[in-house]
Amino acid sequence: MASLTLSAVSKSYGGAAHAVDSVSIDVGDGEFIVLVGPSGCGKSTLLRMVAGLERITSGEVQIGGRAVNTVDPADRDIAMVFQNYALYPHMTVRENMAYALKNRHVAKAEIAARVDEAARMLELHPYLDRKPRALSGGQRQRVAMGRAIVRKPAAFLFDEPLSNLDAKLRVSMRAEIRKLQRRLGTTSLYVTHDQLEAMTLADRLVVLNGGKVEQIGAPLDIYHRPASTFVASFIGAPAMNLCDAQVAGAALHFGGIQFALGPHGPAQGPVTLGLRAEDLRLAAPGEASVALRIDHIEELGAQRLIHGAVDGQEVTLAMSPSEPLSDTLAVHVPPQRLHIFDTLTGKRIVGWDGAVTTAQSVSAWGAK
Amino acid sequence: MFRTRPLDHLILILGALFLLVPVLVAFMTSTHTATEIHRSGLTLLPGDNFAATYTKVLTQQGGFTGQITGARMLMNSAILGIGFALGKIVLSMLAAYALVYFRFRLAVPMFWVIFTTLLLPLEVRIMPSYQVMAQLGLLNSYTGLIVPLLASATGTFYFRQFFKSVPDELLEAARIDGAGPVKFFIDILIPLSRSMIAAIFIIMFVYGWNQYLWPMLMTTEERFFTLMRGIKSILQVWVGSNIPDYNEAFALAVLAMLPPVAVVVIFQRWFIKGLTESDK
Repeated sequence: MASLTLSAVSKSYGGAAHAVDSVSIDVGDGEFIVLVGPSGCGKSTLLRMVAGLERITSGEVQIGGRAVNTVDPADRDIAMVFQNYALYPHMTVRENMAYALKNRHVAKAEIAARVDEAARMLELHPYLDRKPRALSGGQRQRVAMGRAIVRKPAAFLFDEPLSNLDAKLRVSMRAEIRKLQRRLGTTSLYVTHDQLEAMTLADRLVVLNGGKVEQIGAPLDIYHRPASTFVASFIGAPAMNLCDAQVAGAALHFGGIQFALGPHGPAQGPVTLGLRAEDLRLAAPGEASVALRIDHIEELGAQRLIHGAVDGQEVTLAMSPSEPLSDTLAVHVPPQRLHIFDTLTGKRIVGWDGAVTTAQSVSAWGAK
Repeated sequence: MFRTRPLDHLILILGALFLLVPVLVAFMTSTHTATEIHRSGLTLLPGDNFAATYTKVLTQQGGFTGQITGARMLMNSAILGIGFALGKIVLSMLAAYALVYFRFRLAVPMFWVIFTTLLLPLEVRIMPSYQVMAQLGLLNSYTGLIVPLLASATGTFYFRQFFKSVPDELLEAARIDGAGPVKFFIDILIPLSRSMIAAIFIIMFVYGWNQYLWPMLMTTEERFFTLMRGIKSILQVWVGSNIPDYNEAFALAVLAMLPPVAVVVIFQRWFIKGLTESDK
């Protein structure tokens, strides 16, 4: 059990481009941190640098207060779970789990006890003497976890451990990993490209893009207050609608209606307006609204996703399947749920939040 | 369902006969006496001299010096075959391990140099090799017979390809589990290569077993004679009115066939696996 500190960690492969660019993360003792981002964002590289499988170009990694930049992976006191499990195919489950301990010359009785304990936790007892090839994907995943647990490491590193499993198993393994981590209280660093997995597992999320940290925060914070258009479109499903809007005077103009901004509103000119599909709803009679022309509909059962256009800009709206449909919908945009981003940098514009008060219709549509 | 037609069977039976009959003829002929063979040629019917001929070739001392028996030649061939196969496997595995898992200067050019030697048969370098061994005083010794032929481009190539197919994550998992280069090689890589080792062992054993030219150059003393040379020397005694001991030559040939067959049968299961799949 230990904290994990990354200070300005960078990785470059010879050229000028950085695969990981000056990433700093403080992971508290026992915290579950998920690194999330699209493929090629450097999240796996970052994890592998913590594990010691990749050299660190610059910056420092500390595990439990000890700088480990030049420490061998075996001596970093970490355990890693790989995407393809990386079990030794010629060893039984028991031998797989015991191998690391054997290499550290742990006493035989102690090894047996620890393997037994891990097997009990993961319900692996019936399979201890089987070879990995005789196990299903989910069982192999458990063995990989067991191999990590018996080490009793300072930190667990997970490299997309669930992406080789089918959807149903993934959900149950996700819950299991979370439960296990809570129970053991081991600091964990978890890499995934699946934002849902990230949201459900993490104490805190680190959203990476192009080797840089876009945002660090609790899952709900990130969901409700994304720091950039990248985070906004990456976290949450369906992705947040990002539309062009104009600030003119003290108001934001979008889709024929205007929102009155407070005294600290953004500068005049174009901005990017972010709207969550689930924040939009059909307008009540007399309410200011924008017109959404329906393009196509996705039926999800519990929910209906409506893809359409407002003023020629694509907008997705989530609504209950029981509500009536027509070719064009009058949609209410709740002013307190607006996200405003700088069009050029994509950064969230702060300072005005909460100041939006009313939405006034300026077109015939809104009056309907 | 696919219906088996008589023609298919006919082709298979013909193929099987084509391969089996010569062996059968050799065996049957070896059970006759030399005179009968000389008089009536090859035969498909068993004779009554089986025990006598085989006991004779295995135990009777022959050759010019009268020191060498068939059993001794069998042993020499076995030493050569097994020494070859094991030595080649050890050397080529180590070479391939270095080439695949260690980053060092000129690794790739080195591999290609090794690879191109695949194109050169033994005969091309046989004279220089002979001279080196002669100057080291290793003529007429098992060391001299085996060591110069141990470096194996074929083996190195096969093991390199195999090692490359082993997922990198295994190495990484082993590194995190605290296995150094030696441990990884012994604990992980060798067990994984089992079927590959079996395959290479068969190929190299048969190759060593069948060596003819090299042992002939390297050894002049009869106690180092291999079976292959023994067969040849039996047929060389056609002087005066002597009838060559055809029966003995055939008996030796049949004997010479047995160990490779045994090796193939024993390792067959692994062999096929090793050549067709890399078991992960």
